[in-house]
Amino acid sequence: MRNELKHLFQQEFSKMVAVISKLFGLQHIETAEDIVSETFLLATETWEAKGIPPNPTAWLYLVAKQKTAHHFRRNKIFDQKIKPALTTSQETAEAELNFSQENIKDSQLQMLFAVCNPAIASEAQIGLALRILCGFGIDEIAEAFLSNKEAINKRLFRAKEKLRMEKIKMELPPESEIAKRLDNVLHIIYLLFSEGYYSQTQNQVLQKDFCLEAMRLGLMLTEYEKTNLPKTNALIALMCFHASRFDARQTNEDTLVLYEQQNETLWDTALIHQGNYFLALSAQGNEISSYHLEAKIAAWHCIKEDTPEKWEDILQLYNQLLMVNYSPSVALNRTFALYKANGQREALAEAEKLKLENNHFYHLLLGELYKGIDNSKALLNLQKAYDLAKTQPEKQGIREKINQLS
Amino acid sequence: MKEFALLFRQPSFDYSNTPESEMKILQKKWMDWTGGIAAQGKLSGNGTRLALDGKVLKAGGVITDGPFVEIRERLGSFIVVKADSLEEATTLAHGCPVLDNGGSVEIRAIM
Repeated sequence: MRNELKHLFQQEFSKMVAVISKLFGLQHIETAEDIVSETFLLATETWEAKGIPPNPTAWLYLVAKQKTAHHFRRNKIFDQKIKPALTTSQETAEAELNFSQENIKDSQLQMLFAVCNPAIASEAQIGLALRILCGFGIDEIAEAFLSNKEAINKRLFRAKEKLRMEKIKMELPPESEIAKRLDNVLHIIYLLFSEGYYSQTQNQVLQKDFCLEAMRLGLMLTEYEKTNLPKTNALIALMCFHASRFDARQTNEDTLVLYEQQNETLWDTALIHQGNYFLALSAQGNEISSYHLEAKIAAWHCIKEDTPEKWEDILQLYNQLLMVNYSPSVALNRTFALYKANGQREALAEAEKLKLENNHFYHLLLGELYKGIDNSKALLNLQKAYDLAKTQPEKQGIREKINQLS
Repeated sequence: MKEFALLFRQPSFDYSNTPESEMKILQKKWMDWTGGIAAQGKLSGNGTRLALDGKVLKAGGVITDGPFVEIRERLGSFIVVKADSLEEATTLAHGCPVLDNGGSVEIRAIM
């Protein structure tokens, strides 16, 4: 039962908080969280004694409705402040929580846009998204960020303060604004996914859950015409391709650059198909976002065979990506693709120009590129990579390369 | 870091008779060269391109089309890079495909 409750919690927490917050306003978001937490507490107690009801979700919604009505009446907030403001429709005037599928969907989408408001720092947006939109506990969020409960609580508190102070409303931005605001929403989903995918926590289940939640939020955006844009589909494709290799890269602790040792039988072919489906959808229209470029690169990495065409295409995608968005890791990956497409010597000359001296992946790449051309320099760079690497599995992988060479 | 414009000049920029396969190779050279500058984090913005066609306005209201055969080295295109000095910007210009075809790169600081 504990597992079922945990699952229900993850699934229903964010829906219930979104619907309650939509009705009463984001300034009452903490109250909404309290009400939902109390509802789950009561569920645990009651169900342990009497067993799980036939329709647990309906049970939860009913209790949440009662608790919400009770809370706001008891505090007179409802009568004095909210009721006068709720004059627009009969439905809201009665202040009845509406847990229809449609309203849940609307509320969650609006919550997504509210949480991703640029007025809130992006780190806090991720925290809020994990808590309010994905229903993760404070402990889990703290673990993912390698932080403690207090720090995360403070961060979430400040973010909620900001929601209040900026008077951020739960509503979709006006149509003219959606495309612009969507960029931030997509960025946060991308960061959320990366938080899971490149996470440093030891908890593998948690990492995977983060990725799945990011994908769920992305899919939510495809259900609305205004947010179902090519770049949205590109981001989902990108996440599908990466997620398909999730299990394979766990066994290979090594590098971003050399994924060649991955056991491809562990790749999730269903997710690769999904990725291809969304990649095809993303090709409509003229815009090529960085998600498009990254998705195409990730798609190529789901094809194990090396062909000249593959690496040439990957190289050109990285060239384009760098022109849109420079980052050291993209520069390194581009140089690796250059090595595969144009050969070792040309890549070596380009790599020497990058001068990312404190990056262990950089020295790892130089170690690879000097191999057979100047083995003593290759060794020197591998040694530097070894010294700079932070985790034991990485150090061990580099040690093996050193042993092979000497 | 300061910004510098790299101006590409070449005796002939008329590629209308170049076979597609050669154009592809040329495009790749340009992309790889620009990508190399971008990989160093030294490309400013998205890389500005100039179209092949253009107009020239001269004194007396005379307007001519390009390509500008009367000036032997026609300005083909340009990109903007980031560098600490004129010398560093000049180093970045090395390897530019325009040099393969008897062209030149002019490096000018943007004030």
